[in-house]
Amino acid sequence: MKMTITEKILAKSAGKTFVEPGQNIWLTVDVLMTHDVCGPPTIDIWKREFGNAAKVWDKNKLVIFPDHYIFTKNPQANRNVALLREFANEYGIDNYYDVGTERYKGVCHLALAEEGYNVPGTVLFGTDSHTCTSGAFGMFATGVGNSDAAFILGTGKIWEKVPESMKFIFDGQLPNYLMAKDLILQILGDITTDGATYRAMEFDGEGVFSLSMTERMTLTNMAIEAGGMNGIIAADEITEAYVKERTDKSYELFTSDAEAKYHSVRRYDSSKLEPVVAKPHSPDNVGTVRSVSGKKLTKCYVGSCTGGKLSDFQAAAKILLGNEVKTPTFIVPASTEVTRALEVETVSGISLKEIFEKAGCTIAQSSCAACLGGPADTIGRAQDQEVVISTTNRNFPGRMGSKKSEVYLASPLTVAASAITGVITDPREFL
Amino acid sequence: MEKVIQGKVFVLENNIDTDQIIPAEHLVYSLSDPEESKMYGRFALSSVPIEKSGLPTGGIKYVESDNFETEFPIIIGGANFGCGSSREHAPFALQKAGTKVIVAESYARIFFRNAVDGGFVIPYESIGKLNDKVNTGDSVTIDLEKNILVNNSTKQEYNLKPLGDILPIIEAGNLFEYARQTNMIA
Repeated sequence: MKMTITEKILAKSAGKTFVEPGQNIWLTVDVLMTHDVCGPPTIDIWKREFGNAAKVWDKNKLVIFPDHYIFTKNPQANRNVALLREFANEYGIDNYYDVGTERYKGVCHLALAEEGYNVPGTVLFGTDSHTCTSGAFGMFATGVGNSDAAFILGTGKIWEKVPESMKFIFDGQLPNYLMAKDLILQILGDITTDGATYRAMEFDGEGVFSLSMTERMTLTNMAIEAGGMNGIIAADEITEAYVKERTDKSYELFTSDAEAKYHSVRRYDSSKLEPVVAKPHSPDNVGTVRSVSGKKLTKCYVGSCTGGKLSDFQAAAKILLGNEVKTPTFIVPASTEVTRALEVETVSGISLKEIFEKAGCTIAQSSCAACLGGPADTIGRAQDQEVVISTTNRNFPGRMGSKKSEVYLASPLTVAASAITGVITDPREFL
Repeated sequence: MEKVIQGKVFVLENNIDTDQIIPAEHLVYSLSDPEESKMYGRFALSSVPIEKSGLPTGGIKYVESDNFETEFPIIIGGANFGCGSSREHAPFALQKAGTKVIVAESYARIFFRNAVDGGFVIPYESIGKLNDKVNTGDSVTIDLEKNILVNNSTKQEYNLKPLGDILPIIEAGNLFEYARQTNMIA
């Protein structure tokens, strides 16, 4: 029987030789990830339900990254990090990356990749909807709530409905003015925010496999924006090279059978696509950058799990080199590893950090920061009636902190070009 | 599980995401502390743009300022209810505010799982669009055995999709109770 890559990985995890869409199966979880917003309530539920005998099913498989509300004076937010610290100490959780230490990483989805937890062929659950990001590594990864996570924490098991798969093929390499962000926004515009609900989104084609791992993560990251259960890209030599550098865990490569059944297949000619934005107030409200060019901005933002990876800053720096921003612009590296890389990586011999500083950008510390608004003192948070262009993944009303503000989502190239002019600008004007 | 649920409805449009249900800045409160967790009820649906809050007129808050509970135990939504983040604080906030049932055309996966597995609210699916057939403030009765919603104002009846696979979890109370009843966990 023929299966997709998602079906094969789920079958293996469920101990079956074959699964098909619609089947409810019990999975064995390889990694459970949580963070400061959902970790404490997950632990509370786990203690409540498993009582005094509550045991973490496998300490080596639990990973905790505080990342959401880190650089804030908000007492409840700081208490949540303290609760994670106490839990990690009490139960001996080695994979805890504490704030204020050398181990602090920043945004969980990039940290999972950098620290070697993304392993092809495995099953990863996390208490964050963007957990689907890890699917870029040829693995099954999806988000769950606190109750499901608490169940996994105690048992290592969870039920899931096998999803139908949708395939998205990008033929040909991307022109220099396009990024993975343009591809996934294009898909969102075409299928809408519930176009993939309860389904797997599989990305394929030369356009996808010519991308770096971090660019691939932008595609899988936003599968949830279409309602997708998971996003997935089969592992290739680029994946293997990245994984081997980060971990010595063994892995298994899966690919979809040629005759596997799909809900639908969409094919794009990469050379015919244009830079796009998602207009307020939904990630599927997509139009070309040209169609909104000239829109006056009050803030530009490059950051988050979607748009705060090294490849995102390399793209932004390429455009910002030798220019100054006209609009307040925030550079928020997703991880501390990226923060360090900004000093080392260069464009035309100048470090990214220097390029951003000379352009007049504000460089912030690694965390989720204003992507989701956060506490009132969060850096870059949208205030009142702002017009923001951002490399993040959501622009729902109020998402970046003010329900009166308008947020446009775009690639780092488009955000950088717009930062220089102060209005929404097609990056081709600077390339 | 109650077999019949009666009360006033609150009507919303499509794509109500979890940032609108409970804005991220409020996610810092404890969910287990009885006093502090009331804040979730207070801010439930507080980021829905006011002109779209309580259709068809809009301008109606789900929870009145400085209150912790709603007068609308039943929410009628459109397609893709609960899209966005995985925060279980969203169905929790609705439960704290006094929501008992949501009837929507469709749900985002994680919200749906959270509502059921955490035992917070019952997520019914309507057959076709329902948020243009009832008005905020209408009194309705939902019969959970017959899967029928009756608008007591107009006497109109609407069939709902049976809860199916998830009914045993809802009846048990939550995923943990279900797992205990089926001897999956001790």
